[in-house]
Amino acid sequence: MKSGKYELTYKLIGNKNVLLEWPNRVDTEILDDVIGFRNLIKKFWPNLELISAYNSILLIFHETIGKKDIVGELKGLYASETLSLEEKRRLWKIPVLYGGELGIDMKNFSEEKGMTADEVINLHTSATYTVFCIGFLPGFLYLGGLDPKLHHPRRTEPRLKIPKGSVGIGGEQTGVYPQESPGGWNIIGNSPVKIFDPSLNNPCPVNVGDKVKFHAITIAEYKLIKIQVEAGVFKLKSEKI
Amino acid sequence: MIKVLKAGFYSSIQDMGRFGFREKGVPVSGVMDSNSAQWANMLLNNHREDALLEMTMTGAELYFEDDTEIAIAGADMSPELNGQSIAALRGVFVQKGDTLKFKSAKDGFRTYVAVKGGFQTPFLLGSRSYYKPITVSNRLNAGDLLPTVPLINEEKTFAHLRARQEFNAINLEVYKGPEWNLIGEEALLESLKKTFSVASNNNRMAYQLEEKSISHQFSILTSGTVPGTVQLTPAGTLIVLMKDAQTTGGYPRILQLTDDAISHLSQKQTGNKIKFVLRS
Repeated sequence: MKSGKYELTYKLIGNKNVLLEWPNRVDTEILDDVIGFRNLIKKFWPNLELISAYNSILLIFHETIGKKDIVGELKGLYASETLSLEEKRRLWKIPVLYGGELGIDMKNFSEEKGMTADEVINLHTSATYTVFCIGFLPGFLYLGGLDPKLHHPRRTEPRLKIPKGSVGIGGEQTGVYPQESPGGWNIIGNSPVKIFDPSLNNPCPVNVGDKVKFHAITIAEYKLIKIQVEAGVFKLKSEKI
Repeated sequence: MIKVLKAGFYSSIQDMGRFGFREKGVPVSGVMDSNSAQWANMLLNNHREDALLEMTMTGAELYFEDDTEIAIAGADMSPELNGQSIAALRGVFVQKGDTLKFKSAKDGFRTYVAVKGGFQTPFLLGSRSYYKPITVSNRLNAGDLLPTVPLINEEKTFAHLRARQEFNAINLEVYKGPEWNLIGEEALLESLKKTFSVASNNNRMAYQLEEKSISHQFSILTSGTVPGTVQLTPAGTLIVLMKDAQTTGGYPRILQLTDDAISHLSQKQTGNKIKFVLRS
């Protein structure tokens, strides 16, 4: 594994946080570098809180820090150690009931795109998405890799309440609403799985840098998974990559 | 056990926050005015992490089913124990059958009630701080039962503070944020010199300011945020992120409040004035 290969900037935010930034673009290679360095930082400072996203890592310390010390250490770490990608990255398989009652925007969306619902589903399920960030809501995955044919503006009027599990498209992004929430995305389906389960010690098994694929399920399969989720026996399928 | 007879405008149980899950999108939550909350806990010899009751604007009415000791700090909500006025900033012994009532905040906006040993509501993902969907509810409701620990030996702490808390200072100490240079020093600095007022859109997630800074065309790739981060929307609106804020954002981060400034701001309400004081 080679060392970090980018020019990073290091900025203090207040007197307790450090922001590390990579070049400003959405790029899976940059994300790989971000995750590699993130894992390395966690090895040396296991209790340090951090937020990784797209092209940045925000380090959150609990006591006041001096910029020179920390930045010096981080620079040294980035330059000298090989970045670690040994951490298991996983591909998560998320079942979706497309269209129907819960896919409230599927009809309008497919019409506006000049496609059939089946074509929309095909494009949505063919791609392998990258988790670039987790934020906005607990367990809300920012997914990159949506087919450009499916890119579509957010609704002009956001909805006050989007049902939990809604699968939507907004701009160049797609994702699943982990809980009922307001939102402006076009909702094309619903997933019965719990991406965020607060009753677990690790409430969200998905990590930034992981991959996601959607697959279509029937109403019967949807109902079954819902029951399994409620009974606490459902496990989201994934494989090591 | 403490029974909530009336919840007040917006009350919840909070401790110093939920740490370690921000990378999964879980906000840190916790007390908004950590200075006042820490006073209340210290007066009872509590642990720093003991959970307290945080009340906003108008206070709760509580019925004590067991003997315990309490301490009140933050905004003056005219606390009354069994109809008698009691002082804040001191340990107060309460008995089984007592009722504690609060009115509207006279000065400031948030008030804390610490109980000896801390509230024992469910400890979820490392904290007792209320935050839906981690806790069942975001807030207290009438009828809620709040577990406490039994008093040992009727220990009474005779600690009290010869002080009065005041909340009319308007200065908020801030650092420049990571996107300060992106927006452009001069125009930004000029736009931030004025006195701002708190907009009606203020809550545990964020405080929006009424007056605008400068409009711009910048956005950033979604990146981490912390409480106290000040975002500047393209339209020029300033949003100060607070304890329940999202952990990531795409608006430029132009300022960062100090921890003290976050405590001060949490005692402001709609229409109150603030001024930014830049730290080097």
